[in-house]
Amino acid sequence: MLSVKQHNENVTFSPELLAKFGEVVGRYPEGKQKSGLLPILHLVQAEFGWVSADAMDQVAVYLHILPIEVYEVATFYTMFLLEPKGKYVLEICRTGPCCLVGAERIMGHLEQKLGVREGEVTADGLFSWRGVECLAACGFGPVLQIGPEYTFYENLDEAKVDELIDNLKAKTE
Amino acid sequence: MARKLLLTHIDVPGINTFEVYRQKGGYVAVEKVIKTMSPEDVVEEVKKSGLRGRGGAGFPTGMKWSFLAKPEGVPRYLVCNADESEPGTFKDRYLMTHIPHALIEGMIVSSFALGANTSYIYVRGEMMPQIRILERAIAEAKENGFLGKNILGSGYDLEIYVQPGGGAYICGEETALLESLEGKRGNPRIKPPFPAIAGLYNCPTVVNNVESIAATVPIINLGGEEYATIGVERSTGTKLISASGNIVKPGVYEIELGLPVEEFIYSDEYCGGIANGKRMKAVVAGGSSVPILPANLILKTAAGNSRLMTYESLSDGGFQTGTMLGSGGFIVFDEDQCVVRNTWNFARFYHHESCGQCSPCREGTGWMEKVLHKIESGHGSMSDIDLLWDVQRKIEGNTICPLGDAAAWPVAAAIRHFRDEFEWHILHPEESQTRNYGLAHYADPLQPIVS
Ligand SMILES: Cc1cc2nc3c(=O)[nH]c(=O)nc-3n(C[C@H](O)[C@H](O)[C@H](O)COP(=O)(O)O)c2cc1C
Ligand code: SF4
Ligand code: FES
Repeated sequence: MLSVKQHNENVTFSPELLAKFGEVVGRYPEGKQKSGLLPILHLVQAEFGWVSADAMDQVAVYLHILPIEVYEVATFYTMFLLEPKGKYVLEICRTGPCCLVGAERIMGHLEQKLGVREGEVTADGLFSWRGVECLAACGFGPVLQIGPEYTFYENLDEAKVDELIDNLKAKTE
Repeated sequence: MARKLLLTHIDVPGINTFEVYRQKGGYVAVEKVIKTMSPEDVVEEVKKSGLRGRGGAGFPTGMKWSFLAKPEGVPRYLVCNADESEPGTFKDRYLMTHIPHALIEGMIVSSFALGANTSYIYVRGEMMPQIRILERAIAEAKENGFLGKNILGSGYDLEIYVQPGGGAYICGEETALLESLEGKRGNPRIKPPFPAIAGLYNCPTVVNNVESIAATVPIINLGGEEYATIGVERSTGTKLISASGNIVKPGVYEIELGLPVEEFIYSDEYCGGIANGKRMKAVVAGGSSVPILPANLILKTAAGNSRLMTYESLSDGGFQTGTMLGSGGFIVFDEDQCVVRNTWNFARFYHHESCGQCSPCREGTGWMEKVLHKIESGHGSMSDIDLLWDVQRKIEGNTICPLGDAAAWPVAAAIRHFRDEFEWHILHPEESQTRNYGLAHYADPLQPIVS
């Protein structure tokens, strides 16, 4: 399951990040620190853009659990990116209600505009996109979100998608 | 205008802040329970209110609370289910975004009633902005003495923490949610024991939906009896309905239970009718898991009575001619929508979200997805319809958790009510194949499974 490209040996947790881990673990009773695993994986992903096998190993040490306990969780939950992706991962809802109002058309447009297929990274390393399941915003569809803040874009049409992508590009130039 | 209890102040600027929420009568329910009531009194009021769980199953909340075990020296937990992942449902996100204190106030009232000193709100991980909003609301409540140690000088202590999920629909199922909160994969547990006996960390636990918990605030303010006068039959109070699909005004509406479905769909106060002057074809009334009904059956029961937005009326006729209120995810389809395609989409969803523990669910959902895709893309044969029927029937009732049923019901209902549409796909393969929704190059979920 874990391949070579899922390694990032240079990963180190900064004191600031470790302080956040400590705050998380404080939310649970004595001895139940494993409950902090999901929040901590989110913090790791927000910091590094993805969750490498090495980061998972260090999380296991931090929480006093086995590495496999981290791997099995990270692979179960779809939000965790287990290999490097674009700087911006555009996650568009592909579930029924959004499709009633044009989500499939917008996905087609996204693919054309970025020139990469689902899961791939654009040549400049800036963008990836993928379909995700219902984001609990069906009345405002089509919708997409961008991590790590999970900023939300609602009632999408082709023009809004173009504007969003152009803005993100401009921001990084 | 219908009575509103949860969204009364939704349009007040700044209602997301403690200050404005308090000015509008917020946290009065907390003062009332802490200063004048015992935990048992609170449970009694909730029982009297007739409130039924708003997460989908509709189980009476007061009764659920009274099942909570209370062994000496063992902590009890309240866990709020804010996983909101059922397709078509978006009311909890709406409530948490705009009136976060309504949930925090309800959490304090409910935790007090259950004798919980630590409570968690499990929010789906994609809702990071809402997690921030709730954390801010919790901090504000704490600064004002409504949370933390010795609340309002009563000696009652309570801490509330927000826990993010990781993007898995199954974690909405309450025992999967508890597993997830313990830092594990979201595999539903075999019941019994129920969470009321052995839940979070093996301690007695109540899991309730966001809306159920928020509803305890008006119940305390009005009194359970007064709350129960709203609504009809065993459907008391108000309900948040998430309306989506091909309607003029999609959004979240608070209705008094008992509103006629026809009024909900066509009146300007609610959905405003079908968008673009089209006709209505079908409705999924309670989130993707409940049976789809054709236009005639959603407006009237088989006996010809006007269908109402209540637990009882929507399920009138059983699954033959009725459906369920479920989570209140009301999805409207116009005349141009393809029921086969939507059913395939939902089957794909359930396959994607199955945790994989039970073979009927793990294998069956995948099988249904493939067969439905085959039919939708014009490669089906008539026997595939019977095959689908057979597969869904073998999932239902044969699994650890209700996700299996939730996957089977939409398929069964689509075939039951729209069989001719399945047959059309099989008889007109050319037309089925050329419809590509502009996705000719979009490879992944749309690639032909049968070449
Ligand atoms: C597959 C599945 C998904 C569910 N998703 C949710 C959900 O997202 N939110 C929710 O409140 N309940 C959900 N439920 C229902 C919960 O298991 C549980 O019944 C509910 O949280 C209880 O709260 P209530 O009594 O206040 O409704 C789901 C159930 C199943 C089987
Ligand atoms: S029914 Fe499906 S989701 Fe539920 S426990 Fe079984 S395999 Fe998992
Ligand atoms: S279906 Fe797209 S947000 Fe619900």
